[in-house]
Amino acid sequence: MRTLLSVVAISIQVTMVLTLVGLSRGMLDEQARRVRGIGADIIVRAPSSSVITFSVNMPAGIIRLIKELDPHVIAATGVLWQGQDMLNYVTGVDLAEFDQLNGGFRFLQGGPFQGPDDVIVDSYYAEEHKLHIGDSVTALNRSWRLTGIFEPGMLARLVVPLKRLQELSANTGKITIVYVKLDNPARTNEVIAKLKARLKDYQIRSMQEYTELYSVNSVPMLKQFIWVVIALGVLVGFLVVFLSMYTAVLERTREIGVLKALGASPAYVLNILLRETALLAVAGSILGILLGYVTRFLITDVIHGSLIQAIVYDWWPITAGIALVGALLGAIYPGLKAARQDAIEALAYE
Amino acid sequence: MSDGPIISIRDLRKTYRVGEVDVHALRGVDLDIQRGEFVSIVGPSGSGKSTLFYIVGGLTPPTSGTIHMAGKDLLGMTDADRTELRKSTVGFVFQKYNLLPTLTARDNIEIARDIARKTGPLDPKFEEVLKSLGLAGRLQHKPRALSGGEQQRVAIARAIVNNPGILLADEPTGNLDTENSTTVLTLLRDLNERIGQTILMITHNPEAAAYGHRTVRMRDGRIE
Repeated sequence: MRTLLSVVAISIQVTMVLTLVGLSRGMLDEQARRVRGIGADIIVRAPSSSVITFSVNMPAGIIRLIKELDPHVIAATGVLWQGQDMLNYVTGVDLAEFDQLNGGFRFLQGGPFQGPDDVIVDSYYAEEHKLHIGDSVTALNRSWRLTGIFEPGMLARLVVPLKRLQELSANTGKITIVYVKLDNPARTNEVIAKLKARLKDYQIRSMQEYTELYSVNSVPMLKQFIWVVIALGVLVGFLVVFLSMYTAVLERTREIGVLKALGASPAYVLNILLRETALLAVAGSILGILLGYVTRFLITDVIHGSLIQAIVYDWWPITAGIALVGALLGAIYPGLKAARQDAIEALAYE
Repeated sequence: MSDGPIISIRDLRKTYRVGEVDVHALRGVDLDIQRGEFVSIVGPSGSGKSTLFYIVGGLTPPTSGTIHMAGKDLLGMTDADRTELRKSTVGFVFQKYNLLPTLTARDNIEIARDIARKTGPLDPKFEEVLKSLGLAGRLQHKPRALSGGEQQRVAIARAIVNNPGILLADEPTGNLDTENSTTVLTLLRDLNERIGQTILMITHNPEAAAYGHRTVRMRDGRIE
């Protein structure tokens, strides 16, 4: 029973790390996928804006400037991102301009906006909120009429007319990001160089470079947070195994005495306990990985919280290593206690 | 019996510190045990026979005196030396059998070989001994599925699997009924006679002591 509890405790620690990393990566990958789905070649952001958040806006006039700067620019459109809650944004789009990039949204039901207070959502959002065409959608503390449900993987989940969002968010004439499409993607670097010369301090990146920035390192404090969770994981593993092994050593005092009477060296006794601990860590890691699938199911299919958890295969050995390190650290003291046990006292132990 | 003592003890003393009091468990023991001899040690509780057992078994160092076992001087031995002595020269049989409960009878025997870093098949001579112990068909069972007599026979097998110079038995029949006691004692005598196993047995029971070639009586840390 004690062994089972130790395995479960270690597995929770493994699941905790896998879920956190999986969520981080799942959300970032999804964001990157949606950005790639737009079909732009170059992305222009305001100076001092961050990769992940959309808090800094710029004048919409920049779109005309970009279009005029180079003949290879065949389309450029600006969108405004307005945060709704911690994870969701409402995105303002000029559909006529946006369609020039990559054919625009592919509607599964309904179609584009018909009025200023219309909204379109992706099928994931519609399914999550059980929405149908004509339904009222609440966003930014007001009601919008749903006119279209589009294939996911394009720009955002919840899209409203650009002008309306600019008015509502006191961002008239402002946009957050400009997507630029070229006649030939091979000219991307050439055009970026021209744009950079003209638009000093603006963040101008190719789509590939931009989406590669969607990593844990780009999210402020996320890396540190993951480290804190890992440290907690090691601590949990340490404490669980410490208690488990300490109890085991006490319970097996007599057995340890027998081993010593048979000529077992302290190293032999320590080795037995460390091997047993390693086995606990391996079993806990396997269970933890399996529980990672359970948390993904809960997060994606049961909770429906706009969260996406990726299965992070490359973190399996890392979390198993973390579990092993925590467990072995926890086993050191009980192991040394066992190894140093006096054989006569141990044999007399009842 | 061959010539030359396998154990030679002179003026052996052992003093324990219990709290602030010195307890003189052995007060000058002289004893020779010949190779192939089966010696019983009897004495009341507190006579020092267990302390002598532990010193001869390399479980605790003596305080003073000399003790040579199979040519090795135990007085100057380090902990590591005594561990090596237990591994190679001594086999233990305890009153409470002391089998490892999670291992089968066979694994209880095998672990003694593992500790002694012995690999490969069992010595044919030992296989013969195993047969004589009457454990055929019981080796796959864990201790809880074995009777007391069977457990003690497994413990004897474990004690001699590495071919030790001396077998130390501490009240080997203390937990057994008369029938099983007779079986175990007969087995010990048989081992002594058939393979010349040197045996030093501690017992309270005069009938058990009578199975040995001679009986050594202890009282107050000395041999009478």
